[in-house]
Amino acid sequence: MMPSVAEERLAPRIIGLEFPFGHAFGMPHDRVMQRRSLELALRVLAGATKFATRVDLDVEWPVPLREAYRAWQPKEPSPIVRKLLESRKSGA
Amino acid sequence: MIVDSFKFLPRTFRPLYEGRGVFPGEEAQVWAPFQKRLAESRIALLTSAGFHLKRSQPTFDLEREQANPDWGDPTWRAIPAGAMPDELGIAHLHINDEDLLADPEIALPMHLLSELATEGVVGGTAAEHVAVMGYQDRSLRDWRERTAPEVIAHLREQGVDGLILAPA
Repeated sequence: MMPSVAEERLAPRIIGLEFPFGHAFGMPHDRVMQRRSLELALRVLAGATKFATRVDLDVEWPVPLREAYRAWQPKEPSPIVRKLLESRKSGA
Repeated sequence: MIVDSFKFLPRTFRPLYEGRGVFPGEEAQVWAPFQKRLAESRIALLTSAGFHLKRSQPTFDLEREQANPDWGDPTWRAIPAGAMPDELGIAHLHINDEDLLADPEIALPMHLLSELATEGVVGGTAAEHVAVMGYQDRSLRDWRERTAPEVIAHLREQGVDGLILAPA
């Protein structure tokens, strides 16, 4: 889901999926989307011939961006996010 | 089409991930060619969604993370390939778990992988896949010294030929 970060970290084989966090293989109960993602991962696993091979999947997330952006996030900020927010607040 | 890695990330978080380069000590390229045919290979999955078996495994330690926000539980769980969705729980404070609980295949498609094995696309699946919780201490010391060696040993014991790492 963050293939450019995987590239920076020198992952040997990468697939890029423009999906929200928590949804590595696709939408819930959408077996066609999940299968396309898994089959691409298997093809890159077995078929890549050189280091840092990256293949991106051309599938658009079928939910409006604003809605999808909100939906993946936890109901409450994680402890580290809470800490960062408090730190910024106290530094302001 | 080139995937936008930061499409779903809050803008203020982007500098935490982008342009940070490799972790110290990991500058060397790691490459192992895949020697076997996929149809003759045993495949395993590793998810960082924080799954555990509700009846028999402890959750990842969220209490300690609440007390120490820079720390994340570095342990791992073996998830049987036949585990059903209602057997799985999630402990992960950084993502909404509703969709994951409704359909764990979105992060750990082990039933789909088993179907591909039945069809002959892959030779077989691991008897047990692997779950970790993706938020980790930046030093990754526990991961290097314990978690990764244990996971690798577990996969080798099962005769796994290839592993798909699926970040949550």
